[in-house]
Amino acid sequence: MRVRIGGHVTGFLAFAAAAMLLPFALPNEYYLTVLIVGGFHVILVIGLNLLMGFAGQVSLGHAAFYGLSAYTTGILTGTYHWPVPAGIAAGLLLVTAVAYLIGLPTLKLRGHYLAMGTLGFGIIVYIVFNEATAVTGGPSGFSGIPKLSFGGRVVSSDREYYYVVWGAALLLFALAQNLVRSRVGRALRAIHTSETAAAVLGVDTGRYKTFVFVLSAFYAAVAGALYAHYVTFVSPGSFGFHTSVLLVTMVVLGGMASLWGAVMGALFLTLLPEALRAIENFDILIYGAILVLCMMYLPGGLAEGARKCWDAARSLARRGSAGPAADGGGPGR
Amino acid sequence: MTAASAFLQYVISGATVGSTYGLTALGFTVIFNTTEIINFAQGEFVMLGGMLAVFALRWGGVPLPAAVPLAVLGVTAIGVLVDRLTIRPVRGRSPITLIIITIGVSILLRGGAMLLFGKDTFPLPAFSPGGPIHLGGATLLPQSLWVGGITLLTLLAMKFFFERTLSGKAMLACACDRKAASLMGIHVESMVTLSFAFSAMVGALGGVILAPITLTSYDVGILLGLKGFAACILGGLGNPFGAVVGGVILGILESLGAGLLSSGYKDAVAFVILLALLFLRPAGLFGSSGAERV
Amino acid sequence: MTGQAHRDPFFHGDGITLRFGGLTALSGVGFHVRRNSLQAIIGPNGAGKTSLFNVITGIYRMDDGEVHLEGKRISGLPPHGVARHGIVRTFQNLEIFTNMTVLENVLTGGHLLVKYGLADFFFRTPRFFREERDLRERAVTALDFVGLSSHRNLPAGQLPFGSQRLLEIARALSAEPRILLLDEPAAGLNMKETTALGDLIRRIVERGITVVMVEHDMDLVMRISERILVLNYGEVIASGTPAEIQRDPAVVAAYLGEE
Repeated sequence: MRVRIGGHVTGFLAFAAAAMLLPFALPNEYYLTVLIVGGFHVILVIGLNLLMGFAGQVSLGHAAFYGLSAYTTGILTGTYHWPVPAGIAAGLLLVTAVAYLIGLPTLKLRGHYLAMGTLGFGIIVYIVFNEATAVTGGPSGFSGIPKLSFGGRVVSSDREYYYVVWGAALLLFALAQNLVRSRVGRALRAIHTSETAAAVLGVDTGRYKTFVFVLSAFYAAVAGALYAHYVTFVSPGSFGFHTSVLLVTMVVLGGMASLWGAVMGALFLTLLPEALRAIENFDILIYGAILVLCMMYLPGGLAEGARKCWDAARSLARRGSAGPAADGGGPGR
Repeated sequence: MTAASAFLQYVISGATVGSTYGLTALGFTVIFNTTEIINFAQGEFVMLGGMLAVFALRWGGVPLPAAVPLAVLGVTAIGVLVDRLTIRPVRGRSPITLIIITIGVSILLRGGAMLLFGKDTFPLPAFSPGGPIHLGGATLLPQSLWVGGITLLTLLAMKFFFERTLSGKAMLACACDRKAASLMGIHVESMVTLSFAFSAMVGALGGVILAPITLTSYDVGILLGLKGFAACILGGLGNPFGAVVGGVILGILESLGAGLLSSGYKDAVAFVILLALLFLRPAGLFGSSGAERV
Repeated sequence: MTGQAHRDPFFHGDGITLRFGGLTALSGVGFHVRRNSLQAIIGPNGAGKTSLFNVITGIYRMDDGEVHLEGKRISGLPPHGVARHGIVRTFQNLEIFTNMTVLENVLTGGHLLVKYGLADFFFRTPRFFREERDLRERAVTALDFVGLSSHRNLPAGQLPFGSQRLLEIARALSAEPRILLLDEPAAGLNMKETTALGDLIRRIVERGITVVMVEHDMDLVMRISERILVLNYGEVIASGTPAEIQRDPAVVAAYLGEE
């Protein structure tokens, strides 16, 4: 599987410019809401992509990290009136610590152990959200979470929140890109293909896998904090197995080991349900089909598909401009 | 009810459910032994066992003694289809690819069941009539005897299959060394299909014998699959007998947990045990840590 | 295991035993490798040659025995720990990273030689750029050495088989090892490629690296090795110079008995 590691600084700057200018081009505020949620998903999926595409590990409970962070900051700021930055920090710290505890032993074992372990972890967290009603509000959830604020300044409008979320997303994208284009990124990609070969070259595979697992959980936690202080309401239903599957599907669809793919997959599967309301009951079936078909026939996902189109277009253009001489008496001569 | 009879009650109901966990775990083990894949769709085979039996009974008008074997056969066929359509074409790809494909298959099977059967829960009639049997202050459902009996029979049949028949020994050979097995003329791909068929069959069996007691619906597969996997690890991954024993133990522990601690957290018991095993003793009760490290 | 070897205990193993359930892959294997020499390990199929490499590099844990490098204990270390001591290996069934380019494969080889930390690569400090540049220069040098520079930006999976073998060697060399373990480097190569390989290996030794090679190609082995260790059924049956090994009746019997 050929890897595209994110392109150049110019690509990133173009992306950043587009993200910053987009709100001005939108016809109404509803699209902002969709794009804000899209931003949450992009952050989640970049992190998960690092884990799945680069390190080759699957997490089937990533929604649990998302939810744990959202609930933590929600409860601390909502019930206990902590200042928002403190609540967010506590959520990030908790998720990072929990991810470290889970990752450390399971990542020494083979791939499917992490998959199962995270699936089990995700279910435990979901059960706790549902059962610990006194703290979490139980199945109906928990509202009254304060909006995002820094030192007195509240982020109240959707437009402002859009910039906060996408500013964070761009920053986290850049950091991920820097990670990938470093010895750590190479080590991770090596681990994906051959853990044994990576190990004999000196890569401490257990430590690297744990690192990227914790990092991906951290990304999920950032998204969770942003979610809580935007929606101001959390419930277990948003953070269950269904969401974990959605995230994995976004990674697979976008193209593993491609940060641009992560963005594409996240945005596509955020916008699709909006565009096709009718598919609401079938969405889980579509995710399953995407997973199977993508892995069988287009393992590189949309990123690979996009690259193939680009390459095909380029070779067509080249042949066209070179003229008949290039292919020894072509049409139109 | 005295403490002793309450305890006995928990053990009985736990062992009953645990038998299904054990059969699910057996399915995981057989596929793993032959292919080194963990088939995430195993739980759905269990679910489909119960659901197809209900379907045959209610909408097909087929009497129960025929509906049960029909359902098991149907799921076995589905298992073969899964192998042929999604696993065989991608043989040799990276583990993460196969993991994701089986996850996708499990979602498709569950989604399909939801579309066909709806989201309701369905009961299946017990295999034989009769009221509960009283035993030392606890009650034992006749269906539990069916569960225990069929599980034991399956174990014996499996022992016979693996130790006495050529196909069984061939499957074990594939588990030990695929390349050597194929060099000796064993058609590895057929063995893989056989292992899927076998796992689907025992999974469906587990689902159909339990359905009269716990009811069935389109989404029971995830939890059953996970608990089956936990049982697998508990017994030592790769050990078929350990898998079944692990299942029964898990069922009993879960039942005790629910009875003595809290029923809301009942499902969490199995996963806490799973995580604890992964942390402390991935080799499980009867497994041995191999010489291989990476 | 001659007196000469005992005087310079550079790299040696003793009593190495490895069992898989009922099967004994290695039994009481011992070896001595002199500094900056070229030693070959030969033996019929299944003799345990690759298993020996696997236990030395920590991929398998040996049931008994020890391996030492310059007095330091190597046995029992995990693979990345063994690599830290300067022992790097290649694989019989190529394990190149097909999801990276040729150059990236070799850059990965230099993993341990780079010291920058989290902050350096997240925030792109001058130290990051400096060390990456050095690493890149070393990688290009390694590729030049094996003759693959012109292919540096190709996806590694697209190289022809013979070049992939060279890539694995270049990758191992960029780790600047003290000891290079080559596992059947000539397997699948034609005669011309094998001859070139032999010259390459000799050049590697001339640069001061100790090479231990598992091989089946007897011409290659006899032509370039200084000492040969012969394994059969997991045991050492002979050890000596190529000339001594060729005359050794136990070795002849082991190979002929195989037919």
